[in-house]
Amino acid sequence: MSQIIAAYEWFVATFPTLSMAIGLFLFPLLPLIIAVAMYVWWERKVIGWMHVRMGPNSVGPFGLAQTFADVFKLLLKEVVYPAKANRGLFLLAPLWALLPAFAAWAVVPFGPHKAWSDANAGLLFLLAMTSMGVYGIIIAGWASNSRYAMLGAMRSAAQVVSYEIAMGFSLVGVLILAGSLNLSDIVAAQSGSKGLLDWFWLPLLPMFVIYFVSGVAETNRSPFDVAEGESEIVAGFHVEYSGAPFAVFFLTEYANMILVSFLVPLLFLGGWLSPFPASWSVLGAPGWWWFVAKAFFFATAFVWFRATFPRYRYDQIMRLGWKVFIPITIAWVFVAGCMKYFGWVTAGA
Amino acid sequence: MTFELICFYAFATVSVLAALAVMGLRSPVHAALCLVLTFFSTACSWLLADAEFLAIVLVLVYVGAVMVLFLFVVMMLDLDLDPLREGFVRALPLGLVVAVVMLLEMLALIGVRAMQVPAIADPAVAAGMSNTEWLATALFSRFLLPFEVAALILTVAIIAAIPLTLRHRVGVRTQNPARQVLVQPRDRIRIVKMAAHKPAAKPEAPAP
Repeated sequence: MSQIIAAYEWFVATFPTLSMAIGLFLFPLLPLIIAVAMYVWWERKVIGWMHVRMGPNSVGPFGLAQTFADVFKLLLKEVVYPAKANRGLFLLAPLWALLPAFAAWAVVPFGPHKAWSDANAGLLFLLAMTSMGVYGIIIAGWASNSRYAMLGAMRSAAQVVSYEIAMGFSLVGVLILAGSLNLSDIVAAQSGSKGLLDWFWLPLLPMFVIYFVSGVAETNRSPFDVAEGESEIVAGFHVEYSGAPFAVFFLTEYANMILVSFLVPLLFLGGWLSPFPASWSVLGAPGWWWFVAKAFFFATAFVWFRATFPRYRYDQIMRLGWKVFIPITIAWVFVAGCMKYFGWVTAGA
Repeated sequence: MTFELICFYAFATVSVLAALAVMGLRSPVHAALCLVLTFFSTACSWLLADAEFLAIVLVLVYVGAVMVLFLFVVMMLDLDLDPLREGFVRALPLGLVVAVVMLLEMLALIGVRAMQVPAIADPAVAAGMSNTEWLATALFSRFLLPFEVAALILTVAIIAAIPLTLRHRVGVRTQNPARQVLVQPRDRIRIVKMAAHKPAAKPEAPAP
């Protein structure tokens, strides 16, 4: 055993960059890909129950292996290139969408300062990475040389850029109260003896709601999924994609949803902190399980929205983003500043 | 040669090559994407210089927002490229003069900074803060007034851009969402109570 540990330490010391890459693959990339597969299964199951039907139930126990079967089917399929498509960009688009979705996980902590990069500007890094993902959609739409794909790309570009503003302003509220851009410090600022009443969702309630709704819009999910609006423009930006590149787009969308589901608890619901007062012995202890449980709730809410709401019309989406969310967040930035200045909300306890 | 130096050379090479490609490529969409790459690799080299705030803001603002709108426009335009190329040789001397002047100015700036002995210490390190924190403290205390003035000018610019491009179109059917939400079922439909079936008419007595 000691030899194995010695060999491990020698390896990490000799190849620091390579061992970090392997580490990044083992956590969070591999669990993330498996989580995406499980999430797709969960989505189909939940929507099935809401529609009073079974959902996937044939492949594996409870249909659990259904997603893996679908993935392998997609990977073995032929990749069809549309005539006069720009081949290079056509293949680059899914990768360009995927990489920012994975890169954002570098700064997501799962415990106090337990992140690959405990960066001081972690929150900004997250915002930068989530704003990069839209390129995949735009390039896919343009490189496909298809009108439907182009329409989807145009819709998505305008939508994502608009909702990013509201998203950015709600993050401003968080960082005013926390006084830090470091994600671990933001969670630490939400700790206190009152449990869930110390979290930022209470003083920043409008921003909390707006952030999650903007997250749904940013990931192009229902009811904001006009980028792929099946009933109007077939499947939007990925209408020409098949096989493995389509699978990558699919993976990206779900990876982004999982990312948003983890960010909302991190910023507004105290991350790994327990909702119960710290004086309670077992339930009051912080731990990663709280974080995962909160994220699971929001991941399920994504599915819930999809089964509940009809798709927004495009002008209504823009109206909601520009005329409702942005004014509310700007006003609440001022309110948050007052709360901080007059000491109504204290960071940490 | 440290790992950071290798990274710096890699990022710098990519930035320069991508910047050259922006000028050299025929397709405007490819050129715009190369500009994105230039911004991104420049941001990477700034990260190496510990200017994390500037680097991430470059990605956030230019890559995440400005270039998206740029691409948006470039993709929609069906540019006829050949007439654009014709002016290239004619504009070349002027372009070269501008480029040389800019190069000289940059060299002068770098020279002035390099000649200051002792070299200016990184103020963030001197204050024992991270780059972001130091920048925020400086902006919101020492330079608050210039910062607010810049913000005001930008706001005015945004508002000015809207009336300049605003066209009042006639015949637009605007919807008022508040009124749409407040509508009651009885405003739109009238429910009429009527018997589900009528009794069949008595057959007339057959004519004798």
